[in-house]
Amino acid sequence: MTSDNDRRRGLFARLRGRPAARSRGRRRLGAAVRLLAALMLAGGAYTAFAPSVQAQDTPMSGVAADGKALFNESCVSCHGRNAQGVEGRGPSLVGVGSASVEFQVGSGRMPMVRQEAQAPRKPPVFTPDEIRQLGQYIQELGGGPELPPGEDLHEDGNLAAGGELFRINCAQCHAFGGGGGALSSGKYAPTLKPASDRQIYAAMLSGPQNMPVFGDNQITPEQKADIIAYIQENLNHNQDPGGFNLGRYGPSTEGLAIFLVGIVALVFTTLWIAGKS
Amino acid sequence: MKRRKFEMAAVPGNVARGVDDRFQAATPLRRLLNKVFPDHWSFLLGEIALFSFIVLLLTGVFLTFFFEPAMTEVIYNGSYAPLRGTPMSAAYASSLDISFDVRGGLIMRQMHHWSALLFMAAIVVHMLRVFFTGAFRKPRETNWIIGSLLFWVGFLAGFTGYSLPDDGLSGTGLRIASGIMLSIPVIGSWVTSSIFDGEFPGTIIVSRFYIAHVLLIPGLLLALIGAHLGLVFKQKHTQWPGPGRTNDNVVGERMFPRYALKQGGFFMVVFGVIALMAGLFQINPIWLFGPYEAWVVSAASQPDWYVMFLDGSTRLMPAWEINIPIGDGYVIPPLFWPTVVLPGVLVGMSVLYPFIEARRLKDYRSHNLLQRPRDVPARSGLGAMAVTFYLVLALSGANDVIADKFNISLNAMTWGGRIGLLLLPPLAYFVTYRICLGLQQHDREVLAHGVETGIIRRLPDGRFVEVHQPLHREDGELEYVGWVVPKKMNRLGALGPAIRGFFYPIEKPAEAPVSPAPPVDSDTERSEITSGERR
Repeated sequence: MTSDNDRRRGLFARLRGRPAARSRGRRRLGAAVRLLAALMLAGGAYTAFAPSVQAQDTPMSGVAADGKALFNESCVSCHGRNAQGVEGRGPSLVGVGSASVEFQVGSGRMPMVRQEAQAPRKPPVFTPDEIRQLGQYIQELGGGPELPPGEDLHEDGNLAAGGELFRINCAQCHAFGGGGGALSSGKYAPTLKPASDRQIYAAMLSGPQNMPVFGDNQITPEQKADIIAYIQENLNHNQDPGGFNLGRYGPSTEGLAIFLVGIVALVFTTLWIAGKS
Repeated sequence: MKRRKFEMAAVPGNVARGVDDRFQAATPLRRLLNKVFPDHWSFLLGEIALFSFIVLLLTGVFLTFFFEPAMTEVIYNGSYAPLRGTPMSAAYASSLDISFDVRGGLIMRQMHHWSALLFMAAIVVHMLRVFFTGAFRKPRETNWIIGSLLFWVGFLAGFTGYSLPDDGLSGTGLRIASGIMLSIPVIGSWVTSSIFDGEFPGTIIVSRFYIAHVLLIPGLLLALIGAHLGLVFKQKHTQWPGPGRTNDNVVGERMFPRYALKQGGFFMVVFGVIALMAGLFQINPIWLFGPYEAWVVSAASQPDWYVMFLDGSTRLMPAWEINIPIGDGYVIPPLFWPTVVLPGVLVGMSVLYPFIEARRLKDYRSHNLLQRPRDVPARSGLGAMAVTFYLVLALSGANDVIADKFNISLNAMTWGGRIGLLLLPPLAYFVTYRICLGLQQHDREVLAHGVETGIIRRLPDGRFVEVHQPLHREDGELEYVGWVVPKKMNRLGALGPAIRGFFYPIEKPAEAPVSPAPPVDSDTERSEITSGERR
C-alpha cells in the first residue's frame, strides 16, 4: 500500500493520510508552534526533574563567599570563572567537593607552580581557615564528597584488616612501605609519609591526580579508618625492627648497600691485610 | 714404684710424635704448611666469597631449626600485631616467628640474607679480577668454568632462598619465574607443571624449593667450591710479574703461619662486616609484604641484585611476539628472549671465553704470570663492555625506583635503557681501549726518559724543560716487564723512606725524613739564576 512516494514523507504525515494542500505561511506557523511546544516541554521537564543550581538560586553562605573571593584571586586563572574550568589549563571543579579542595590545597599541590605531569606536594599556600573557606565555596557550588569531622580518623582502625586492604588496594602504586612508586610518563604515586589522616581520607574519597576514587561503596568508612590506621601506625610511626630501612625501596637499595658498604669495606680490608707483608 | 715426673713442655712434641708414628702425617703436612701463596690485595677477593659462604652455612643451619617448609594454611597469632588473625602459609608464619619470636632470629635471618648478597657480590668482583688480569688462561680454564658455574649455582641458591618465606615479594618473584618457564617453546608448560606440580602456585613448591635450597644446591656449591680450591692448590696461584718472579716459580708467604693467620683474621673481618650490616641495615622486611596472594603485587617488587639484570632485560624488551602459523598457531612470547636466551648466551660466552681468546691470539702456552689490564687493551675493553652491558640491565631492573626517586619519567628510563644497552657497551670498549693505550704509552715514556722531577729549567734559547730522572745509568731503553713502573720521585726514594702504617704511622722515623739541605755559605751573595751554563 505504501508507495515510494509515501516512504519519502515523514511518519506523522503518513498516519495523517494524504496531505491537504496547505499554504506556505500556514506550514511555517505550524512548525514554529510545534518547536515552541517541544521546547517548553523539555524546559518544563528539566525544571521539574533536574536539581536546582544553587549557586544561582540560593544565596551563598558567608564562609563560601570568602572562599569565592580567594578563588577569584588565586584559582580563577586555571579553573575559570565559577570554577567551570579552562580548556587545556585546569579542570572544572563543579562537583569535586570540599574533600578534593582539602587534599589539593591542604597538601600544597594547589596552586600549581607550573603545568607538568603531576603536581608535587609542597608547603601549603593557604591557612587552614582559608582552605575551609575554599572548600565551602566549592561544596556549595556543586556538591561532592565531604570529609567527616575531626583530625584523627583512625581511632578504631583495625591494623590487620587495614594491612590487608592496604596491600590489595594501595601497595601496587604506593609500594609495600608507603614510600611511593613510579607511574607512566613522569606521573607517580607519592610517598604517604607526610600525609595526615584527613589527607589520606580525602585522597581515597576524591581520587586526586592519577589515583582512582575509592568511594564509600568500594571501601566503607570503617575500612578507610583501618587503612589509615595501618599507614599511620605501622608504616609511618612504627620503628623498623631490623635497623635502618634503606628507604624501604626493596632489593634495589639492598643491592646498592652490599656494594657500597660491604664490598668497599672488605676491599679496604684486603688492602690493609696485603699491605702488612 | 717411682712416679714419673710430668713434663708440660714435652706434651705437644709427644702428641705430635704419637700422631706421626701412627698416621705418618709429618711429611705431607710439612709440604702443605710450607705451600707458598703470592701476596696481593686482589688475590683476597675470592676469599670474601668463601667466607661469606661459611657464614651462610652457619646462619642457614640456625634458620632450619625454626623454619617450617609447608604451604598449609594457618592463622597467624604471633607477636606482630598488624598481621595477627591473617590466614597465611605455615612457611610465612614460621618466617615471621623467626623474625619476631625466636631469640636472635631476626639478626640471623638478616645475616643470612646479607651474606647471600655478599657472596654473589664477591663472586662477581673476584671474577672481574680474574678476567682483567688474564688469570683464566691456560692452565686455569677449568677453574674459570667452575667459577662461572658457581655464580649460576649461587644464583639458584639465592632465588630458591628468596622464594622460601612465601611473602608477597617472593611469591611475585615465583610468579615471574613460572612465567619465564612457561615461555620456553614446546617444553615450557611441562617444565612448569612438573616443578610446581600443576598450576602455579600449587601446594608443594615451598617444600621442593626448601630441599633444593638446604641440601641439593649447597651440596653442589660445596662440591664446586672444593674443586675450585683444590685446583688453585694443585695448579698454584698466579702471581704478578716482578723482581724474582717468573712463570716457573711462586713467590709469596708460606701457608703456615703467616698466610693461615692472615686468612683467619680476614674471616673474622668478613664475619664482622656481615654481622654489622645485619645489625644496622634492615633487609627484606617480609612482614611488610604480607602473605603471598596472587592479587597482591607491590610497587618496587624487585629481585635481589644479582637477578636484577634479568628483570631489566625483561623491562627493556619490546613486546615482540612471534606467531608461528602451524597447527592452531604457536606463539613465542617476548619474555623468552630476555630471560631464557640471554642468560643462556651469557653462560655460554663466559664459559667459552678462555678458549675463544686463546684461539684468537693463537696462544696455547701455560701462563702463571698475570697481565696488567692496560697491557691487553682488547680484553680490558671487552670486559668494560660486558660490565657496562650488565650495569645498564641491572639499573633498568630498578628503573621504576630510579624514575620515582630522581623524578625521571619511567618511559624515558625505559628508552634510555634500550638505547644505552646498544650504545654504551661499544663506547665503553672504545674508551677503555684508548685509556689502556695511553697508560702503556706513558709507561714506555717513563722507561725511556725517566721520572718527572717537577724541576723546570730554562734553556739558553728561552725554552723551558722539565728535568727528568732517568731510571737507569747507561744509555738505552729499559725493557717493560709487565709490572708497575715508578712514576713519582718518592717512589724512587726522593722523599726518604715512607712511614709504615695503614691508618696511622706505626713507626717513628729514625732520623729526619727529608734529605739535608745543601750547605749554605754565609759569605757568598745570593745571585739570581741566569741563563748561563751554571747548574
